Amino acid sequence: MFAAIFIPNFSVAAVFRAEPELRMKAVAIFEVKPPPEKITAVSGSAECLGITPTMTKAQAELCSEVTLRPRSALQESVAHAVLLDCAQSFSPCVEDAAADTAILDLAGMESLFGAGPEIARAIHGRAGELGLDANVAVATNPDAAVIAARRFAGVTVIPSGKEAEQLGPLPVEVLFAGWQEEAADDLLSTLERWGIRNLRGLAALPEVALSERLGQQGLRLQQLARGAASRTLVPVEEPAVFEEAVELEYPVVLLEPLAFLLNRMLEQICARLASRSLATQELRLTLELEDFQSHNQQSEINNQKFQSAIGNCKSTISSRSNQFCRTLRLPLPMLDAKLFLKLLQLDLNAHPPGAPIVKIHLAAEPARLRLAQGGLFVPPTPEPEKLELTLARIASLVGQERVGSVEMLDTHRAEGFRMKRFVVGAAHETIRKKDFARDSKKERVTTAALRIFRPPLGAVVTLENGTPTRVICPKKKEVQGTVLWKAGPWRSSGDWWEREAWSRDEWDVALQSAEGVALYRLVHDLLNGVWFVEGTYD
Amino acid sequence: MSSAVISTTAAQGRFFVLDAETQADVCTGEASSVGGVCPAGTQRSALSSQPALDRARIIQATINNQQSKILASVAPASRLEVCPAPEMVSSGIAAIDALTGGLPRGCLTEIYGPASSGRTTLLLAALSAATHRGEVCAVVDAGDALDPQSAADAGVDLDRMLWVRCGTINSPRRHRGTEEKNHKNKNALRHPEHSLEQLLRAADLLLESGGFGLIALDLADLLPQIARRIPLTTWFRFRRAVEHMPTVLLAMERQSIAGSCSSLLIKLRVQEIDANQAAKRRQNAAHSLPRACRGGVSRGSTIQNNESAPEGQKKPTHAQLLTEIEITAEVVRSRMKRKPARSAEIIFTSQTAWTG
Repeated sequence: MFAAIFIPNFSVAAVFRAEPELRMKAVAIFEVKPPPEKITAVSGSAECLGITPTMTKAQAELCSEVTLRPRSALQESVAHAVLLDCAQSFSPCVEDAAADTAILDLAGMESLFGAGPEIARAIHGRAGELGLDANVAVATNPDAAVIAARRFAGVTVIPSGKEAEQLGPLPVEVLFAGWQEEAADDLLSTLERWGIRNLRGLAALPEVALSERLGQQGLRLQQLARGAASRTLVPVEEPAVFEEAVELEYPVVLLEPLAFLLNRMLEQICARLASRSLATQELRLTLELEDFQSHNQQSEINNQKFQSAIGNCKSTISSRSNQFCRTLRLPLPMLDAKLFLKLLQLDLNAHPPGAPIVKIHLAAEPARLRLAQGGLFVPPTPEPEKLELTLARIASLVGQERVGSVEMLDTHRAEGFRMKRFVVGAAHETIRKKDFARDSKKERVTTAALRIFRPPLGAVVTLENGTPTRVICPKKKEVQGTVLWKAGPWRSSGDWWEREAWSRDEWDVALQSAEGVALYRLVHDLLNGVWFVEGTYD
Repeated sequence: MSSAVISTTAAQGRFFVLDAETQADVCTGEASSVGGVCPAGTQRSALSSQPALDRARIIQATINNQQSKILASVAPASRLEVCPAPEMVSSGIAAIDALTGGLPRGCLTEIYGPASSGRTTLLLAALSAATHRGEVCAVVDAGDALDPQSAADAGVDLDRMLWVRCGTINSPRRHRGTEEKNHKNKNALRHPEHSLEQLLRAADLLLESGGFGLIALDLADLLPQIARRIPLTTWFRFRRAVEHMPTVLLAMERQSIAGSCSSLLIKLRVQEIDANQAAKRRQNAAHSLPRACRGGVSRGSTIQNNESAPEGQKKPTHAQLLTEIEITAEVVRSRMKRKPARSAEIIFTSQTAWTG
């Protein structure tokens, strides 16, 4: 069994998908390139108003109720990708027959989706969910399914052996869809002269006589007319990315209308991913900017490419093409349009594009859906989606590189750590359990904690026999006084082979303060000869 | 005629609405005893009918029955169910656990004390215990004072600890500098009130997110007069937010500021040092010498002077170590237990990481 999905009036359907609010209106699509801008496609309601594809744009504009839209190759390519997504969500073997047609091999799909009618209805419903009004036909061979889908609206199921009967009343023109105009006209005029006007007539012609007159081409057409032509499908590859794009009539300056457009695009991408049981771990937003050069000077981000060390977003601005790119990387595959929108909004608030936007392109890298089952005895952890949003919000408050988890570096240098992205994962669960079991056997010792002064407080230190006896910290009045006790010095140095060499003596000192005795770490930088208070023991 | 009888009973102050069909039956001779108000035109031939009286009695009995059921379902205030005691988790320090029973989940716990009183030590111990339980923790650091090395030494699983470093204004330009260079810029931007605002907003977001085993608010570096600017309603909001979550909300500050919102209030202070205690400590140091000499590192007593090494102990040649900081913890208030007649206190010691 094969199914064919056909999108009637494809240009209009592509516009309806991009702008669903136009569905209730009369819409005419015009070709932009040639000087007399001609109408190429019209919606049903526009046709009722008398708008026809032969009109020019100027003529159509006389009717105030008609909404005119330029034909967009971008929208049509996206609609075509959606059509293939719809087909591939049912069968792995899908042929890309035309821009508006896809053929599916349904062999073995009955156990999953039911018999032919159920599958056809499911395909029709899925196409509707993805924003396309499709004709779906199911037949025993692909060509019969395509012919039926092109001519019969809605869902059509042709039972086995009934192909010729069902297709018989159709005009012979349906066989020449996609043919070159001259070749099709020649054959059609020949058939016209023979008095063959529908497929039943063509199917009834004697095969030998037909082959003598029209050759193998004639026999092939007769096979199609009988619904008996058989062939194998040429499967199309699965897409590497899921893309949506919008060309704007007027440049968008504010983030609010941009968010409105992004929301629609994200919902469409999420619907496409959901139809394929996929999620995404990376979203790439590319904004084409208007008059980039003038805004470039204002935003002082000329030809730069920077990436946060711990951030989940990467920004790229190319000076060659006026594009502004943001990449949103997620720790786990997710599929939540609202979450993606919030994350993109927060990111764009922190990194505004700096110029009006004329085109939006959004691409999602597909990933397998996250399968997780919480254990009964596993402590609860934050939901990844909620946590991601929370982290993004906190990052917008305090800065991207000031929120996350800590990774210790292999160095004895002070502040020998770096911030990294906070991810709750169960990757090292087993290792941790082992560590915990090992730690629980050991006797726990309470370790005194140090609180670091960032930046360190410069200090004036009085020395006696090379040991500190009095400390005065001009920036912090609390940290001053006579040294009651001291321990040290502890000398350390490193990175002497590099420019950032360090060498220091550390002292632990107790100073009498108004609240009592306080313990500090005093550091003598041996390279610069300065003293500073690094922190306090607490 | 569609009308209704509304009768009120003084005892319960309830309204009974009867439809027009029953109204005719109720508004008979005994209708006045029910308290009904009969509209004009309803006192018809039913006034003298006996079956109607029976029906009125049945309805009255039904109403009484319903009333008694409702009254039975309302528990008096004296018999209200006691709120279940919160689950207590280990603070990571056995002495504190013995004193307080642990840290309560779903409650706000305040730890306060002056500088060097062991607040951060207790916080890191709690974080270590929580991360070893497999929980995810968050530290919202108003002063950007956390030392990751100390946290690692205390046994905190750093991968499970979210650290929010408040105190700077977010700006994309900060991406480009190194850590050291950023410190200079951040210092200009750092302002205690700004840090406080960031801390509160971050805390709100984390509580809203949920799923954390422990959320610590580090206000230890803020001056009390600034920390007291946090409105009490904020603490009530935090308490309400954490109430039904298995999260330990820990606030660390110089003075108690949350008032009655905190379920557990622990006061810490470093042990007073006088001449007698110093002598005692020297004795302790002498006893603990064999353990301390592991790894060939000599060890002194608690905050011990170089010159005061006890006799018999080999005098260190090059350096002394700061060890065994004695901390006194006192439970000032606890919702879990009734306030003891005398303040309960314990003393525990902490030692620097390199003492082994």
